[in-house]
Amino acid sequence: MADGSKVLDVAGVSKRFGDLEVLSDISFQVAKGETVCVLGPSGSGKSTLLRCINWLERPDAGQIYLTGTEIGVTGAGIVMSDRELSRLRTRIGMVFQHFALWPHLTVLQNLMEAPIQVQKRPSAEVRDEALALLAKVGLSDKRDAFPAKLSGGQKQRVGIARALAMRPDLLLFDEPTSALDPELVGEVLVVMRELAHEGMTMVVVTHEMGFARDAATRILFLDRGRVVETAPPERFFSAPETERARQFIQRYAGHVANGGCRT
Amino acid sequence: MIHDFGIVWSERNLLLSGLGNTTILSVLSAAAALLIAFVLTPALMSKQQWLAGIVRGFVDGMRCVPFLLFAYIVYYGLPSVGLRLDNWTSGLVALTIYNAAYMAEILRGAWAAQPREPIEAGIAFGFSNLGLFRRIVLPPLLLAAGPVIGNQMIQIIKDSAFLTIIALPELTHAASSIQSRHYVPFAAFITAVFLYWGLCLVIEAGVSSIDRLAMARR
Repeated sequence: MADGSKVLDVAGVSKRFGDLEVLSDISFQVAKGETVCVLGPSGSGKSTLLRCINWLERPDAGQIYLTGTEIGVTGAGIVMSDRELSRLRTRIGMVFQHFALWPHLTVLQNLMEAPIQVQKRPSAEVRDEALALLAKVGLSDKRDAFPAKLSGGQKQRVGIARALAMRPDLLLFDEPTSALDPELVGEVLVVMRELAHEGMTMVVVTHEMGFARDAATRILFLDRGRVVETAPPERFFSAPETERARQFIQRYAGHVANGGCRT
Repeated sequence: MIHDFGIVWSERNLLLSGLGNTTILSVLSAAAALLIAFVLTPALMSKQQWLAGIVRGFVDGMRCVPFLLFAYIVYYGLPSVGLRLDNWTSGLVALTIYNAAYMAEILRGAWAAQPREPIEAGIAFGFSNLGLFRRIVLPPLLLAAGPVIGNQMIQIIKDSAFLTIIALPELTHAASSIQSRHYVPFAAFITAVFLYWGLCLVIEAGVSSIDRLAMARR
């Protein structure tokens, strides 16, 4: 049953694409202030899991609760209207792999668009908050630039600020640094670490083992659509319980063990 | 020859009112066609197969009909099924419906070429239905499709010349009246050609200002 003390409660979620079972019976909870890193090989269903949480993909089975409230379908199995679903989605911020900024709007307008148009908050208040968020991610000087004129790292910092402007209860990150040149990864991770440190509740799908090791409160290891292992990062990286996790760490995170992680 | 143009000059009021009517016809029907396309295009992109199929049939069918024939049908044909429209209404309706099909296809093409992620971000940030289309989908679409829409507007201006056959007093009709009244075909028609050209230059200027907006965002 839903546990209201958790920000996110994923209960038995399954998803198929045709014959392919992408997620099978996934359950986990995220408490307030936690940073959960979802790790796993490519094709293990990490992104699909994230997209099921805010119903960008509709789960075939299972239930998702945001602070105790069902998302998508009610307990009685009734699918929500677009309007209800949209209202819940405004409480979940999302950061995309390819940034997904709105190209026709300036940086500042990107931050203000949904709070004003969807949340109907007063524009003066939204603007002040947006300017503060841009300062926080170090992009005050880019407020009037269009996204196309920014570097990848800058775009992703705008993406994070845009998500924060919604004052979300939960932030989802879908491989936020995978599309970046290596030298630009650091500036994005700095912002994410800061958020984790401030107690933002986050679910992060990533391949950045350094970040997972020292910013996550918990690791969720997925393989072939199943949660194979869940553990605090120290234990996961130093003493994984399963053979699959051991192989994964060796292949993807070998350099972490050698102290060569990038930040 | 100079004398012929002198005659055309003496009839300038007729030509200018023709130019005015051509402008009104083109602008009104282009705007209306674009508005209708805003409804048709989401239908073309719809996951509902039956809806997409019906609209696809209309768009493809309409684009295969010669405009002159379509104008004949609206003005001369519809009265036999009990729908009688005056020449102005017929002209506007014909131009609008005919070009709505083109506009819908133009926007569909531009939409299909847009990246999916920004729209998905719109959904994830709580936009839905009309708000999603109006705030997130449409603006980049119009910027991307601006030059092609401008091109279609030029097509509309030229198509409007056909409406002379239903006695609409537009520019071609005015030029044709002047030539039949004074027997100055070359001077009358060449003057009309230059006036059409001037109108198209105005459209081109509009297109390049949209293009500047788009370039800043690219």
